[in-house]
Amino acid sequence: MLILAFRRFLSMALIMVIVSFTLFAIFESDKLSVAGKVLGPYSNTEQRELWLDQNGYNEPFLERYVTWVGNALTGDFGYSIQYKSPVADVLWPRLGNTAILAGLYMLFMIPLSLTLGVIAGMKEGSIQDRVVSVGSVLTTSVPEFASATFFSAIFVFWLGWLPGTSAMTSGFSWAEIFLPVFVLVMYGFGYTTRMTRASMAEVMTSHYIRTAVLKGIPYRRVIMKHALRNALIAPFTVIILQLNWLLSGVIVVEVFFAYKGFGKLLLDAALFGDIFVIEACTLVAVFVAVFSQFISDIGYTLLNPRIRFT
Amino acid sequence: MEEQTPILECRNLCISYDTRGGEIPAVIDFNMKVMPGQGVGIVGESGCGKSTVALAIMQYLGSNGYIKSGEIFFHGRDMRTMSEEELRALRGSKIAMIYQEPMASLNPSMKIGDQLAEVPLFHEDVTVSEAKARALELLEAVKLPDPKRIMDAYPHQISGGQQQRVVIAMALLSKPDLLLLDEPTTALDVTVERGIVELVKEISAEFGTAMVYISHNLGLILDTCDRVTVMYSGEAVEDGTVNEVFDEMCHPYTSGLFASIPLPGADKNERPLVPIPGQLPLPHQRPQGCFFGPRCAFFKAGTCDQEKVPMRPVEGEEGHTVRCARFEDIDWAEGDHEAVTVKSVKSGKIVLDVKNMKKYYEVRSSSIFSMIRGDAVKTVKANENINFNAREAETVAIVGESGCGKSTFAKVLMGLEEATDGQVILNGEDLAHVSVQKRKARTVGHLQMVFQNPFDTLNPSHSVGSQIARVIRKFGVEKDPDKVREKVNELLDLVKLPRDFAHRRPRQLSGGQKQRIGIARAFAGNPAVVVADEPVSALDVSVQAAVTGLLTEIQNDLRSTLLFISHDLSVVRYLSDRVVVMYLGHIVEQGTTDEVFSPPYHPYTEALLSAVPIADTSVEQKQIILKGDIPSAMNPPPGCPFQTRCPRKIGSICETEMPPVKELSSGHTILCHLEDDVLNAMEPVIVTHSEEKIA
Amino acid sequence: MTAEIQSNDTSPSAMSKFFKSVGLLRESPIAIFGLSLILFWVILAILAPILPLYDPNAPLEPFKMPLSDARDGGLYWLGTDHKGRDILSRVIFGAQQVLIWATTATAVAYIVGMLMGVVAGYLGGWWDEVISFISNVLLSFPVIVLYIIIITYLGATGFNIVLAVTFASAPGIMRIVRGLVLDLRTRDYIFAAQTRGESAMYIMLVELLPNARGPLIVDACLRLGYTTITIAMLGYLGLGLPPPDPDWGKMIAETQPLGSFAGHMAIVPAAAISSLVLGFNLLADGLREISMKD
Repeated sequence: MLILAFRRFLSMALIMVIVSFTLFAIFESDKLSVAGKVLGPYSNTEQRELWLDQNGYNEPFLERYVTWVGNALTGDFGYSIQYKSPVADVLWPRLGNTAILAGLYMLFMIPLSLTLGVIAGMKEGSIQDRVVSVGSVLTTSVPEFASATFFSAIFVFWLGWLPGTSAMTSGFSWAEIFLPVFVLVMYGFGYTTRMTRASMAEVMTSHYIRTAVLKGIPYRRVIMKHALRNALIAPFTVIILQLNWLLSGVIVVEVFFAYKGFGKLLLDAALFGDIFVIEACTLVAVFVAVFSQFISDIGYTLLNPRIRFT
Repeated sequence: MEEQTPILECRNLCISYDTRGGEIPAVIDFNMKVMPGQGVGIVGESGCGKSTVALAIMQYLGSNGYIKSGEIFFHGRDMRTMSEEELRALRGSKIAMIYQEPMASLNPSMKIGDQLAEVPLFHEDVTVSEAKARALELLEAVKLPDPKRIMDAYPHQISGGQQQRVVIAMALLSKPDLLLLDEPTTALDVTVERGIVELVKEISAEFGTAMVYISHNLGLILDTCDRVTVMYSGEAVEDGTVNEVFDEMCHPYTSGLFASIPLPGADKNERPLVPIPGQLPLPHQRPQGCFFGPRCAFFKAGTCDQEKVPMRPVEGEEGHTVRCARFEDIDWAEGDHEAVTVKSVKSGKIVLDVKNMKKYYEVRSSSIFSMIRGDAVKTVKANENINFNAREAETVAIVGESGCGKSTFAKVLMGLEEATDGQVILNGEDLAHVSVQKRKARTVGHLQMVFQNPFDTLNPSHSVGSQIARVIRKFGVEKDPDKVREKVNELLDLVKLPRDFAHRRPRQLSGGQKQRIGIARAFAGNPAVVVADEPVSALDVSVQAAVTGLLTEIQNDLRSTLLFISHDLSVVRYLSDRVVVMYLGHIVEQGTTDEVFSPPYHPYTEALLSAVPIADTSVEQKQIILKGDIPSAMNPPPGCPFQTRCPRKIGSICETEMPPVKELSSGHTILCHLEDDVLNAMEPVIVTHSEEKIA
Repeated sequence: MTAEIQSNDTSPSAMSKFFKSVGLLRESPIAIFGLSLILFWVILAILAPILPLYDPNAPLEPFKMPLSDARDGGLYWLGTDHKGRDILSRVIFGAQQVLIWATTATAVAYIVGMLMGVVAGYLGGWWDEVISFISNVLLSFPVIVLYIIIITYLGATGFNIVLAVTFASAPGIMRIVRGLVLDLRTRDYIFAAQTRGESAMYIMLVELLPNARGPLIVDACLRLGYTTITIAMLGYLGLGLPPPDPDWGKMIAETQPLGSFAGHMAIVPAAAISSLVLGFNLLADGLREISMKD
């Protein structure tokens, strides 16, 4: 078990090294264009050369990479061109906002999709199964920017119950966070629901469930004790790996509702060409993704005795 | 037998499944009575409805199955009128079931002790610790080693044989009145199967449990049951005591079934195999009248193809019933089915010579990181010192259970793996270190294989004809498209299939037909040696004989050498000239068929012979039950490979020293430490009642 | 021994095979409905140049509601947008764009992913190590980050969108194919091909891949839906195809702030994309259901 964790950890570290190196190579191997981005389009070559020299850009590439990684590890991501302030100052609050959004999403999505999936998978082909299945196909077919359009039309413009933007200018507001979370949940729950349903349905047709029923133990216990544990192994990994896909939705929702989060920061930086912010955001995003993969691997092993003891 | 209420009675039971194609009757008009302490067998081939009966008794038919009509009485009460709660109280407590696949039947993420303890917890008023104590007791009763450890283990941590013992323990926990066994040993090796069957017999005698034993194996039924019901295509066709059905069978299907299975007690010339022609009808293609009609040698138009045939009693034998319209009139001598005869062909020069062949695998963790760390590499000795040869037109059987190294050997032979050491000489050419890619097309064509599983021997995406044609072109037999087509037709003729089968897709063929195509493919390059890896073990019993017969017939005609890999000693005895017995990568015995089947034996051969279920009431087998399971090839025992289970172990020499290869007579060798006088004093394992020594 | 000669009849011709597969679809109303939705958009997209439509980029009359009369006597079926462009025409020409690029991108991703998967699964060893590791690195990027990096670095062109989709999807496809191949390679017919000395290339392409098609077709349908979403999403975020060609995502992005008084401008393209994706998802669902029954 420890060996496995250690091995996973090593591979995680290796991936982070490769990703950060690729990123650095993509954005900073062309020194002059970095200087151009920082100093603006109207700077001349001399100014750029001077800037490069002052900022240590004339060191060998590998050395620059090592310094850059070292700085990043200590929380120094450089200086944002767009916001004219250290990247870290912009990054952390934005990340916090997105954590709230993603946390609320998980809080609602997980119980909802697991419950629906289990109910549907318990009896394949039953009415509840069909309703849940069709419902989840419908919602996963409507991407966030489309559902945000529909729900704004209904709740904001027609009924007028909710605000159309979530900029949180006067502090955190439940009314403003509602639509973004709702939109994310509507699009996201279907996938996990379907996974859970498939996993549950497979378990229900397995021979060990037959054994359990024919052992004469009550149906409730068959479900709770024998089926659930095995059926929830697969969805568990899916939920954690969803973080990878969630970021797309988060960006869309943050843009749509003007929510000041990490996603919007990344997108704005990309459109603006704010390379240090892009680099920082990408590193953070990949780290979260790789780390969640790590957690999911470890969790899967813990949940599944067939892997744990071999 | 005095008059008492049967434990279980099925009356006119009809079970159907709803499918896309409409209602499919799985079991039709089924009757059965099980008295207390009695063992009743249900025997039949795949799809005959025998497992459906068991699940119907448990009232567990899935969402699309249902009992259409008829009754099932348990202790005189109709189970169909019971509530869910009443059923629940019966299941696992009064009626318990043992399943075909023990691994799949146990919850993978729950400790065995907990799974066992559930039974008393939900059927009796006991505390958790009492339930655990009972579970432990039963694990001891089913003779599991170290039951305390097993209580705490997960199912995947113990072997298949042990899992099945756990399932048996689970079934017996609440001392049921009735035990249903659905092919409980089919997934296990022969010697492990023997142990389980003995256990079941002992336990039913000890607890007085009534049993319904479902199997396709007539030998096992004979061994375990008092009565037997033979089923065919959803119907019971014959019902009676074991002796009545086995010795005085009245239904043509029953007699056909017996005639088509080889018996290791019988000589092939004395009792030739007679296959049943045709194949089992699909449920929606069942014929009018008698379902067996189209395959029956005694079929009479006008009698057998009219209305439904009822079960009728045999005169003078109370309780022996038969579903045949004219069994009284049958003259058994008149049946005109062609028998499979294995001609004794004079063997020629040595074609294949294997000398000191060794195949070791290095097993290591596959990830990059363990390579960087240089993890210890483990060596698996899959084949150790393989020495044997095969002559032209000869049939050599390679016998062994799982892990014995027979499939590794086949891979080396075919050039998919390179031998670690030694020689494999085919027609004077050493192939031990020549992979198949580097062999000449002719050589590849000279060494071909027939595979085990008919369901994936053919590529489902391509037509049968194109697959045969590919082989013909690949081996350089023919190049011209017309000639290739002609050759495909010839090969189809050879395996007795119509020529238009060339246009068919594999899924349109039955298992037996696919296996015939597999044979055609193997013989496309006029092979010198054909390796047949359990070629019929996955087929239905009644089809097996025909395919076996075809294979040997072609082999005889073309004077090819056949290496017949099998675990089934009955078939081996039947068709091979010489036998090689393997255990854990070693050849433990080899010799002519007669030498191997008669004493002196290697202790493992002796145990194997004693483990084969034999469907012949006149045969008596010596009881040798091997302890435990086959050790893993990853972790073989020191000294003699068989020492951990050997009933004739002499002492520490077996644990420390590899036994010598003893040559008992020219060509008959045994790998054993036993002294000559002990070997010579061995008695035959299989004896018929007439005291005549057979094997 | 005149054994086993009865069996179901058959006459394989390309025509009958086609009708058979369409006939199979009949068993799943869901698949039929999904396919109809897809065909609806495909036919509109193909017919777009000959339909009596306004020029999708021509500024006519701004902010017309659906079904309002045009100055030239025509009808704005779905109204016009803030720049006075006919929304019906833009949606239909947008369908053309999204269908072309989604299909191309998915196809390219599939070819790359399938090759990677079959090689990793069949050849194993170092091939597998390397391919799997590359896939793991790519899979560790949140997809949107991958898109943003590729498109900001290389620019927003159709080719780069195809490239980005390939980078993002091929590793997933590779994993599926690899898993299928790992299972299929243990079949006896693969063993048979090996024992007659077939090359690895032949075995991979002729013996293995055709048998993996069932699950792959279902997955391809789902992926087409997802790629459709991706392309529209990139358009929405301003990373999509350059103007002036109509793009569903961009149509939403441009008009969404004006939702308070002219909601239809964003709702129409949102409904269009949802219906197309629904079509792909339902077709995939139906196909899966049909394949499970067999």
